[in-house]
Amino acid sequence: MKALLIRDIRLAVRAGGGFGLGLAFFLIVIVMVPFAVGADTELLSKIAPGVLWIGALLACLLSLDRLLALDFEDGTLDLLATAPLPFEAALSVKSLAHWITTGLPLVIAAPVLGVLMNLPTQCYGWLVLSLLLGTPALSVIGTFGAALTVGIKRGGLLLSLLVLPLYVPTLIFGAESARRGAVGADVSTPMLLLAGISAAAIALMPFASAAVLKVNLR
Amino acid sequence: MSLWEYANPVKFLRLSERVLPTMWVLAISSTFVGLVWGFFFTPDDIRQGSTVKIIYIHVPAALMAINAWFMMLVASLIWLIRRHHVSALAAKAAAPVGVVMTLIALITGAIWGQPMWGTWWVWDPRLTSFLILFLFYLGYIALWEAIEDSDTAADLTAVLCMVGSVFAVLSRYAVNFWNQGLHQGTSIPVATGERSVADVFFVPLLISMVGFGLLFLALTLYRTGTEIRMRRIKALLAREGRN
Amino acid sequence: MTLAVTNLTIARGGLPVLADVSFVLETGQALILRGPNGVGKTTLLRTIAGLQPSLNGTVAGAQDQIAYAAHSDGLKAMLSVTENLTFWAEVFGQSDISHALKAFELENLSDRLAGTLSAGQKRRLGLARLLVTGRPIWVLDEPTVSLDTASVTMFAAAVVAHLNSGGMALIATHIDLGIEQASLLDLTPFIALNDVAMGSSDEEFL
Repeated sequence: MKALLIRDIRLAVRAGGGFGLGLAFFLIVIVMVPFAVGADTELLSKIAPGVLWIGALLACLLSLDRLLALDFEDGTLDLLATAPLPFEAALSVKSLAHWITTGLPLVIAAPVLGVLMNLPTQCYGWLVLSLLLGTPALSVIGTFGAALTVGIKRGGLLLSLLVLPLYVPTLIFGAESARRGAVGADVSTPMLLLAGISAAAIALMPFASAAVLKVNLR
Repeated sequence: MSLWEYANPVKFLRLSERVLPTMWVLAISSTFVGLVWGFFFTPDDIRQGSTVKIIYIHVPAALMAINAWFMMLVASLIWLIRRHHVSALAAKAAAPVGVVMTLIALITGAIWGQPMWGTWWVWDPRLTSFLILFLFYLGYIALWEAIEDSDTAADLTAVLCMVGSVFAVLSRYAVNFWNQGLHQGTSIPVATGERSVADVFFVPLLISMVGFGLLFLALTLYRTGTEIRMRRIKALLAREGRN
Repeated sequence: MTLAVTNLTIARGGLPVLADVSFVLETGQALILRGPNGVGKTTLLRTIAGLQPSLNGTVAGAQDQIAYAAHSDGLKAMLSVTENLTFWAEVFGQSDISHALKAFELENLSDRLAGTLSAGQKRRLGLARLLVTGRPIWVLDEPTVSLDTASVTMFAAAVVAHLNSGGMALIATHIDLGIEQASLLDLTPFIALNDVAMGSSDEEFL
């Protein structure tokens, strides 16, 4: 399992796709927002938590179609399916690798981009915490979407269509936590619900992903 | 004789051909009676005027939008457990009917909302939930269309339907939490037995709901028949191609 | 140790291609599968490897014993030869890759990125992967594609060494590998006929 994790991270770093592109996309989305809504700092500060969450979510979504497609094409998934490692575990590890190479950098970059968005000071901690709790759910749910569409040529758009509705609860509770943090309200309820969704998704989604991926391999 | 005998496509077709004519007549007549009664033979509401009459379309459509998804979920489970092709095809056939019902509920909701709330769209939890349901339908249908092998498509969409159901329910609660809405309470709370609409409105509404339900069943049955015939053609062509 | 395939019926795209395939493979034996294109060799091998469900019949003794290799090798262009092999060794709970490098003469290439190898060298690396799995049953689909004569000899020697050390091999190939322990199985007699299209997923629609 460790071998798979190390390999995936190494590939993401060497191919220059994982770390770099997602982050760059996140940056660009956040830079585009003031151009679209105006440079009014008060308005930006008000929408900052939500915009940062949407940006992180889209950056995460963008990297999903490479998550399994490359391993599908070169036969790695066939070989992993015949390996002693349970397929569910292999997929959990791949989700983890995706989170480390995509989700975690987004979490770390979010406060920096928060400055650009004039994010209220008291919100930084809550934003990072909500992203830290929420992005793992985005990765495992995304893995399910990638597993569904892996056999489809040009499945990227379909992948978005399938995954985005599944992201709704995570987005709502995540952004709500950050928004409440921004105005100094109590964040415990949405934060706990977010953590609950994340925990349940991490525990259960790999089974669904493995089931659909096995169907796609046959 | 077991119910599962109708899982055989040929038997299923024979049965559906026998019941469909009756069903069409019942579905169309009860929808017609419910709507005409509701539109022309009920008094205007004191506050909402005649706009309230849109509930005779809005409520039944919304009800069937959810029931159609629920039926797809049950059919998907039957497919995954018992591998009856008819079940998978019935789920596939129900989806477009469900998506149209959802769309009707959304559009009538907007038309109703305009004079009531002064705007075509509010991010009210119920409306928002239906919008999310609409997106789930679109994804489900798109996945069916995208995959060539029918058994693979059936398996994948069945799992998507199950996972989607869980997330749809989660979204419902999330949306509730996110924005308490303007939407009036449910028209027919089943659990309490009380009703928020008076009898004069309720009877035609009930007829209309039965009508929409039958309409959904008839359409789904009819479309399932079409899907079965399409599979049959494919199977026949495949066999021809081998000779 | 035995791999027993009994009355196996397999389908491709919902239509049965091979019906009632039966054979037994014992320790130290190899079986070469022959048959025209489209007969279902790949499907048969994938079914035996457990990647695909069968329509009928059983495969006994294959569970967690198979090392599968097909056209795509599961190699990453951005990883070196050593990294690729070490990864697969670790996935299969092994650690030593030197014997695999040696058997396929990859020692001099061990630090090269797999993406810079020639097609034949990549193929050798893909086959070297079999040695690091530690699995007794090799299931190989056209293993000699893009190999030159010398490499084919190298591969045949690796198979013989594997058989002599108690392994088995099931190989779909058209060339003569010159392996003494190998017997041939022509799949043509097993081609599924329409009237024996039992259990086809579309059968109930007919």
